[in-house]
Amino acid sequence: MLLQGKGAAALAALFISASAFALDRSALEKLASDDNDEKIAAIAALVAEGDPKAADVLKSAAEGEIELDGKKVEIVVNNRVRARIAEALSVLKLLSPDNAERHAAATALTGGADPAMLSLVLKARDAEQDPAVKKLLELATAAMQLRSEDKETRLAAIRALAGSDNKALLVEAASDADEDIKRAAQKTLRAMDDRLVWGEWLGLAFAGVSLGSILLLAALGLAITYGLMGVINMAHGELIMIGAYTTYVVQGWFRGSAAFDFYLVAAIPAAFVVSAAVGMLLERSVIRWLYGRPLETLLATWGISLVLIQAVRTIFGAQNVQVENPAFMSGGIQVMANVVLPWNRIFIILFAAGVLVAMWALLSKTRLGLYIRGVTQNRSMAACVGVPTARVDTWAFGLGSGIAGLAGCALSQVGNVGPDLGQGYIVDSFLVVVFGGVGQLAGTVYAALVLGFANKLLESWSGAVLAKIAVLVFIIFFIQRRPQGLFALKGRAVEA
Amino acid sequence: MKAALPIEVTAGQGTVLYLDGISVSFDGFKALNNLSLMIDAGELRCVIGPNGAGKTTMMDVITGKTRPDEGRALFGEAADLTRLSEAEIAQAGIGRKFQKPTIFEALSVFENLELAMKADKRARTTLLSKLSSEQHDRIAATLTLIGLRNGADRIAGLLSHGEKQWLEIGMLLAQEPKLLLLDEPVAGMSDHETERTAELFLSLAGTHSLVVVEHDMAFIETIARKVTVLHEGRVIAEGDMNKVKNDPRVIEVYLGR
Amino acid sequence: MSALTLNQGQTPVNGLNRGPSLFWRLYGVKGWLAIGIGALIAFVVFPVLNLLVPPTSALHISAFWVTLIGKIMCYAIVALALDLVWGYAGILSLGHGLFFALGGYAMGMYLMRQIGREGQYQADLPDFMVFLDWKELPWHWSMSDQFWWAAVLVVLVPGVLAFVFGYFAFRSRVKGVYFSIITQALTFAAMLLFFRNNTGFGGNNGFTDFKRILGFSITAPETRMALFVITALTLIGTFLAARWIVTSKFGRVLEAIRDAEARVMFCGYNTMHFKLAIFTFSAVLCGIAGALYVPQVGIINPSEMSPANSIEMAIWVAVGGRGTLAGAILGAGLVNGAKSFFTVAFPEYWLFALGAIFICVTLFMPRGVMGLLKR
Repeated sequence: MLLQGKGAAALAALFISASAFALDRSALEKLASDDNDEKIAAIAALVAEGDPKAADVLKSAAEGEIELDGKKVEIVVNNRVRARIAEALSVLKLLSPDNAERHAAATALTGGADPAMLSLVLKARDAEQDPAVKKLLELATAAMQLRSEDKETRLAAIRALAGSDNKALLVEAASDADEDIKRAAQKTLRAMDDRLVWGEWLGLAFAGVSLGSILLLAALGLAITYGLMGVINMAHGELIMIGAYTTYVVQGWFRGSAAFDFYLVAAIPAAFVVSAAVGMLLERSVIRWLYGRPLETLLATWGISLVLIQAVRTIFGAQNVQVENPAFMSGGIQVMANVVLPWNRIFIILFAAGVLVAMWALLSKTRLGLYIRGVTQNRSMAACVGVPTARVDTWAFGLGSGIAGLAGCALSQVGNVGPDLGQGYIVDSFLVVVFGGVGQLAGTVYAALVLGFANKLLESWSGAVLAKIAVLVFIIFFIQRRPQGLFALKGRAVEA
Repeated sequence: MKAALPIEVTAGQGTVLYLDGISVSFDGFKALNNLSLMIDAGELRCVIGPNGAGKTTMMDVITGKTRPDEGRALFGEAADLTRLSEAEIAQAGIGRKFQKPTIFEALSVFENLELAMKADKRARTTLLSKLSSEQHDRIAATLTLIGLRNGADRIAGLLSHGEKQWLEIGMLLAQEPKLLLLDEPVAGMSDHETERTAELFLSLAGTHSLVVVEHDMAFIETIARKVTVLHEGRVIAEGDMNKVKNDPRVIEVYLGR
Repeated sequence: MSALTLNQGQTPVNGLNRGPSLFWRLYGVKGWLAIGIGALIAFVVFPVLNLLVPPTSALHISAFWVTLIGKIMCYAIVALALDLVWGYAGILSLGHGLFFALGGYAMGMYLMRQIGREGQYQADLPDFMVFLDWKELPWHWSMSDQFWWAAVLVVLVPGVLAFVFGYFAFRSRVKGVYFSIITQALTFAAMLLFFRNNTGFGGNNGFTDFKRILGFSITAPETRMALFVITALTLIGTFLAARWIVTSKFGRVLEAIRDAEARVMFCGYNTMHFKLAIFTFSAVLCGIAGALYVPQVGIINPSEMSPANSIEMAIWVAVGGRGTLAGAILGAGLVNGAKSFFTVAFPEYWLFALGAIFICVTLFMPRGVMGLLKR
């Protein structure tokens, strides 16, 4: 550390000693001119002096104003000039004594920069002590040398870029007029591809699992209310939305307190309880009267969903609300050069797995679970042996609704929370349950994961919308081939 | 929409229905296990067996509701029922009465019979079809036969259970099938009605073939000439009532070991 | 709406007597009288009060009302179409909004071409294509400047889609709620597709700013009235055709399918043909309704395909009373009338009201308003 600090100081001294204390007035005049090429030359000139004041001038220039002879002058900054200014500022930051700041600046420059600033970057590279930053600066100089006049320099740059992950840089060179350059660039590109392909697959797999876990959370509650109880609950999405809003409210209570990072500890049970309570209320007041009439249930619960959406709009407003991640959930782990796994996604995957295990345990190990399975399989027989079927219905529906609330709590960590949140999930979650096979918990899990993967896989080569359409069409055809879903039992029970 | 009725079956001589080595399994459970059965023209056959013996599954296979994993079901001379749809099988001349009376509850008694009556049943023709006076007479005759002559305009859903049973039998007759499959036809009927049903079946036998599945042993004894006993998806005994009653395997199945 | 007074006509099934003539088979005296009154209002009263009576007069009917009633009549056609499949055959389609929108888009393409060079960019291509920097019309727009071709598409596109989709669905015996869910997924997928700019139907914004239809100015009162009258004519025609279907043996087979499909099959009917026929016919009716709707309302965009729209169509039928044709018209009128009222008077309460309608109708009025009237 000490050594590096010294190095940085020495580096800064190097620049400062070489510079005049006043900024070059001619450069400032050029910056104020109308010609964009002149402006860009001026930027390079300002940077070449390495004066720390240059940074202030450039910052204000980016906002369209510079000070010339004590007067403010407005200048026009287009995108090209703005990009150059950004590069120049990065170059200037290479002088910073702060390791992290130099690292960030060097990272920003790996995409290449105006060759006029090359000499400065080269100097910075040679003086750099931190190996990580030095490596980045080597890539940056290579990226800048890529457009050099000299063929050998270019070839060397291409070879140097083999260590980079930025394919875009080489794409232009890969169709260069010069055969040698072209071949070298293509070779390097292929090598890059080979190296990156694993990362891409890993990223895709993670995205698939992540989407799958979200679908699973959204569908797990339905697996109980629809899959086991046979209730078509079109307001399921709104129960998810209520869970998300509950999280928002709880987060509001914790705001400003030291325990803010732990608000989820309170929000998770709160989301469950609120959604479960709303669900039980609905079951008692509306759904109970419609058992055995699925199409009517569908319409009535759709009406409920409209009322819930409007109620939330009335209470919280039609705009999306902000739910902040706790600090420990922002950022991610970098597992490979081109793969970062965000913490909030990882959290959701683990959360979905946890909910799944808890639900399985509840259904298979507890008395309530036994009752629920009994009532859903043979209502009259269950009633005969003394199971309070009506109450079990209410509890089961509450359980499914509560799980929807948990899904809402999780979704609030990765997406927008607004009154329409639930509408986006209802088609998906029904398809997951139907695809997996009604009454099949395992089927729901597989279906969610398969659909998550399929969606992300298709997305990677056809775009998000077409992927979504393709998945919908696939399920439509699948259901027609196998109306019982992936994992349904065939036989007399299904026919009835 | 192609024309239905791809086969014409000639009844009257020899075997009407021949089930040959039919097997059906549901998730590993063998509902029918290499079942073979022959029904002669004009025969009245009773099929009995404990719950789960495969009686209903057998009917499902004959009427096309369930496709067997193995085996053939021949109707008349050549038609393989396992390749026909439910509608084609019905048009070929097999009528089925369900265990639970299924009639069209929202329609009137008359309309129920009208729909069941033998006619061109393609979608196109039903749009334009009108009842001929001869068809009216036939429906009227059926109404008389099932004792609903005065209830022709009643909504079928409002009939009593017994009346529904009779209406369904009437619908079956209006279809003019060559083979009737009857799943527990007298369930829920009064003694008097049961007696009349027995008479009806006996009068139908000869011109029609009937397969009756029934739990009511008294009823079986009144009508049975030949009885088939199913157990675990296969035939374990066949013959007249006395022979079957004294078969040791049948006794074991019914009384337990 | 005239439908308020419509009587379902006494079903002339006195089983053992010969049936009546076709005319009386459809409706009794009261029924025909009601239809006559409806026709009188649509073909005489509205045109006269809108075009001939000066706007200063208290009796004048404004363009607002002509458009509103015209729009509701389009919805009534949809409700009739949905009632045929749901009320009679028991198939609840939650994708009828798609067929409606497809008919509307087919007509909209023609209307876009009729704008000619009067768009914002004064180009030969529709504005949105200029905006996307397209140089020529995509293939599916060829011939879209011909009215007859638009008319063919209005019928053909919803019809073929419904036939193909229905064929696969009914052949594999998808029924009940499953069918509802996959039709919903179908319209959802179509909506996503139409939202894309590259699909070539104007993306988010869809089609609007129409100028002419068949050379007539689309905002001229005479054109609007002509559209109104044509819509009324179509509605009455649909009503009679639907009545003819449900009073035929075909209609009775549909009801039988609704109540006990397996039994119908064992009677020797191929139920798939019946379901496919009525589903396709119903989709075509929706397409026609959509085509009449777009020139009157002046806009069509992908939100017409949102699943919410299709479910709302089901509630029109449920409010009026499933399985009664007059009820479908009545329900479409009541719900949309209430919607027009609420969105002007209390916009923030409309969803509460609509939600309450959904809940109350299913819980307390399973036979809808017609059921209450009959009692």
